[in-house]
Amino acid sequence: MGVGIKTRSGSGRVATARLSAQPGGPRSQWAAAFLAALPIVPRGVAARWRRAAAAPGEGEGRSAGVRRRRRAGGAMLRTSLRQVSAALKDGRVTPTELCQRCLALIKTTKFLNAYITVAEETALKQAEESEKRYKRGQPLGILDGIPIAVKDNFNTAGIETTCASNMLKGYISPYNATVVQKLLDQGAVLLGKTNLDEFAMGSGSTDGVFGPVRNPWSYSKQYKDKSVPKSHSEDEESNWVITGGSSGGSAAAVSSFTCFAALGSDTGGSTRNPAAHCGVVGLKPTYGLISRHGLIPLVNSMDVPGILTRCVDDAAVLLGSLAGHDPKDSTTIQDDFKPFEIPNLTDFSKLSIGIPKEYHAPGLSSEILALWSKAADLFKNAGAKVVEVSLPHTRYSIVCYHVLCTAEVASNMARFDGLEYGHRSDMKDSTESMYAATRREGFNDVVRGRILSGNYFLLKQNYEKYFVKAQKVRRLIANDFVKVFRSGVDILLTPTTLSDAALYTEFIQEDNRTRSAQDDILTQAANMAGLPAINVPTALSERGLPVGLQFIGRSFQEKQLLTVAKWFEKQVQFPVIQLEEVKRHDSGVFQHKKSASFS
Amino acid sequence: MAAAVAMAARGCGGVWRRARQRGAGQPGPGPGPFPRGQRAVACNARGGAVPAGKSGLVPWVPVVGLEIHAQISSNSKLFSGSQVQFAAPPNSLVSFFDASLPGTLPVLNRRCVEAAVMTGLALNCSINKKSLFDRKHYFYADLPAGYQITQQRVPIAVNGSLSYSLCIDNKMSQMVTKTVRIKQIQLEQDSGKSLHDDTRSQTLVDLNRAGVGLMEVVMEPDMCCGEEAAAAVRELQLILQTLGSSQAVMAEGQLRVDANVSVHHPGEPYGVRTEVKNINSIRFLAKAIDYEIQRQIEELENGGTILNETRAFDSKLGFMPEPNLPPLILYDAKSLPANMNHQQVINIDWIHERLPDLPSVKRKKLVEQYGILPEHSFTLLNEDGLAEFFESVVKQTQMKPKKVIGWILKDLLSYLKQHSLTVKESPVSSFLLADLLNLLEKKEISSPAAKQVFMELWKGEGKTPLEIVKEQKLGLLQDQKELEQICQAVIDGQENEVMAIKAGNQKVLNKLIGLVQKKTEGRSNPVLVKQLLEKKLSE
Repeated sequence: MGVGIKTRSGSGRVATARLSAQPGGPRSQWAAAFLAALPIVPRGVAARWRRAAAAPGEGEGRSAGVRRRRRAGGAMLRTSLRQVSAALKDGRVTPTELCQRCLALIKTTKFLNAYITVAEETALKQAEESEKRYKRGQPLGILDGIPIAVKDNFNTAGIETTCASNMLKGYISPYNATVVQKLLDQGAVLLGKTNLDEFAMGSGSTDGVFGPVRNPWSYSKQYKDKSVPKSHSEDEESNWVITGGSSGGSAAAVSSFTCFAALGSDTGGSTRNPAAHCGVVGLKPTYGLISRHGLIPLVNSMDVPGILTRCVDDAAVLLGSLAGHDPKDSTTIQDDFKPFEIPNLTDFSKLSIGIPKEYHAPGLSSEILALWSKAADLFKNAGAKVVEVSLPHTRYSIVCYHVLCTAEVASNMARFDGLEYGHRSDMKDSTESMYAATRREGFNDVVRGRILSGNYFLLKQNYEKYFVKAQKVRRLIANDFVKVFRSGVDILLTPTTLSDAALYTEFIQEDNRTRSAQDDILTQAANMAGLPAINVPTALSERGLPVGLQFIGRSFQEKQLLTVAKWFEKQVQFPVIQLEEVKRHDSGVFQHKKSASFS
Repeated sequence: MAAAVAMAARGCGGVWRRARQRGAGQPGPGPGPFPRGQRAVACNARGGAVPAGKSGLVPWVPVVGLEIHAQISSNSKLFSGSQVQFAAPPNSLVSFFDASLPGTLPVLNRRCVEAAVMTGLALNCSINKKSLFDRKHYFYADLPAGYQITQQRVPIAVNGSLSYSLCIDNKMSQMVTKTVRIKQIQLEQDSGKSLHDDTRSQTLVDLNRAGVGLMEVVMEPDMCCGEEAAAAVRELQLILQTLGSSQAVMAEGQLRVDANVSVHHPGEPYGVRTEVKNINSIRFLAKAIDYEIQRQIEELENGGTILNETRAFDSKLGFMPEPNLPPLILYDAKSLPANMNHQQVINIDWIHERLPDLPSVKRKKLVEQYGILPEHSFTLLNEDGLAEFFESVVKQTQMKPKKVIGWILKDLLSYLKQHSLTVKESPVSSFLLADLLNLLEKKEISSPAAKQVFMELWKGEGKTPLEIVKEQKLGLLQDQKELEQICQAVIDGQENEVMAIKAGNQKVLNKLIGLVQKKTEGRSNPVLVKQLLEKKLSE
């Protein structure tokens, strides 16, 4: 028997789509069924990707050795972190070469607006140091020489940290966030700081002072083939889709191969949401597993540094290098974290996958619903127990989140008064007027709006009515998860987003608050409960855009979560992005680097 | 109305009485002369009314509660590693966290928690094994984060009491002991300091103090006058200093007192409270509270109302749990987990066992051990190091402690006070004083000579008492014959006096003793002289 997932028809009528179990070998069967369901996804994409990676330069008609080498580097950029680390170790590529190629690609993909700051000079220096270590035969580990990017709400000593806000434009932190320091200590090469919604408040990466991030898939062959412009007269410029957010810059950076891994942050879904829209893995670890020290907070009690990578294995590598107690963050676990390699999932008899019915939320697209069902069947066919479960308080989650989030925002943003750092208004009538002007000039409407509502909830007369109540509801939401896990469920399987990425032009029709409420709906409950959750890219939508599914695990059971996620990743063979538009958007300034572009 | 200005004598534990007339005039700013107004005020320790006395007016019951901020004595701040130091160059002790740089997080200082636990135990509080931190929001230039991390809902210690003593009518012999309930002790951050420069229209901010650990001790309104409040604060100060949990020097802002003051008629609900803030000495605290009590009474009797003036820091914004600090968990011997790293836990029982003797216990011991008067034990403890000085002298001399205490309090202490010196700065060490008292005890010098030696010692020239005695020939005449001769000479020269004595007027004998003393330049033992004179006169 398949698992029933209710389908909402357009008229609001609720129908039940019963998906029968697919007989036969799970993987091939899955792929077949999947592609049949979504015929727009070309067959064999994954295979082509693997060939390309294995045989760089093939089919390009280039013969010159230098060009071949460049092509090799270009293909190298598309490998996984673990693969490129092996290449560094074997000397097939040097850290400096790798860094240069990434920097070049960042330039040719500048139109994506994924980066706010590119730290070219320091990155090259770090690569040089790494190269020396490799030459001595003493690399610091798997991350040595690996180009990475960091969301611009993590403090980086010597490199601007802006939060995409006028308030912190030009702000150079005197210290590194613990996660940044850990990456640098392990030899990673920090390419730059990625774009986001101002202070991570948003779900599109459209509301930052440096402009919106463009989803690399907007320029993919897959999207171009499937999403023909409504009319030719219509400006092609308006066809690009958003990355999701708020860690859109990091997701775009990983998705467009300008780095091998990126840090995001996840408060209500800010890592998983853009990961889903950009077709990359987005891991939100358990609250307290990774230090928040140096992460400029949105909601302290929910923020978690997020990990964006090309595959689940890479996420485990990053997790292993970042997790564990930090004396500078009192909310981190006391115990040491043991890094792990993800084992292969073989025994399904003890695995129980829960399908929370409440995640069949209004507005969930039918193709995502179908994907979700098929994914459930995939596990069932493999021998796992798949059960429908209920998280009854889920529907209160968004409202509750809104109260808690804005209240903490109001509190956290109070420090931006223009005195110690950041923007300071020229207004000098009084200290108070200077504060007011500084904050008016420094924050965008979204941030100011959240501060305003947060302060309303924190008013003495409202505190009990809203904040305390929201905290109680939060406890109920967290308890829902506890009960489900206690009932024997190991992992919850849900969609990550309601639909694939929206056109920018459509996205901005709605205000930030409405958008955030819709877009966080499937992701933020995990933040409320502090649970680990991961987006695994699953398939392409009818429009040729990535769609992901989310796995939510037990607290601090990342290994189990990633084991299941890796198995799933292997089954679905998510296609590699085929980028074709680089040249068109390339200004031509970096002529020699074009050969490093996608193909 | 203002023509006659009365000063209310502070009559704690008794009646607020009419006092002597003072000249007309408005009270100056700050704690100064007492305000105008002829008011009959009554109070006792628990706010019970006492008849107003002659005035015939309905008596007023003043109610005083205190909120005391004690800076914790620790090397580093409450949530950061910055050093704590008084009068360092501005902004030289500021960590990233203290300056509220974005992304920084608080990390609780173990020493501050221990200090608060010690203080809580010393004040008979129950220590909460789980306490929480909250953010209190307000915008102020010296509060960089826009909120103060404090413990509002569940503080570290609750429900304690503090016993303090004070003397009635300024008579040391009439001491009463009272108790004030301690509502709670909470850990919180100190703010920075801001200075407004009006001429240049700028605000200068120094964050050295920002984030220093404070214990806020909240006392219930169990006091009824400035004197009681002052005595309670003084006792708390002594306790903190004994524990070492705070240096509690008011002049350096390590102990800051806010008083809530209200007045009401007996049997009626408490009146509207006003706050007396930022008092920097205990003496002014008493005066400021009494001033405020008088002001309120006068206001009310003139048909006015008391307004609770909005606090400078008050805002409509409330509290929020500090999300970056997990609950503070303390253990006792019972709850202590077996394989817990001791560096990571605080054991209340362990701290309890190691508490030093508190002032009240020390006083009791002094009284019992040395047979001194209770009020003397207060004086000994009131001066930092004086009790130790006293005990050290006692150990080194044969003189009885009851006599030693006189020297300590009447001579040493008054000299120190005259010269505004602390005990530690005394030019006369306990060793020298003991030496001197030993000479006196062995009857090698007379009491007046001893005073002379003491004055010499005060100069701090490094001479021993014996050297001074020799140099200045202050030693008692040890030659009995010589003394007899001097006595005889005095008797021979004072016929009239001798007649009077023989006629029965024994008082005149003192004159003869005095004359002998004069002749011997104070080097004779008056007791011996008296004996010799009496013997000769009866011959």
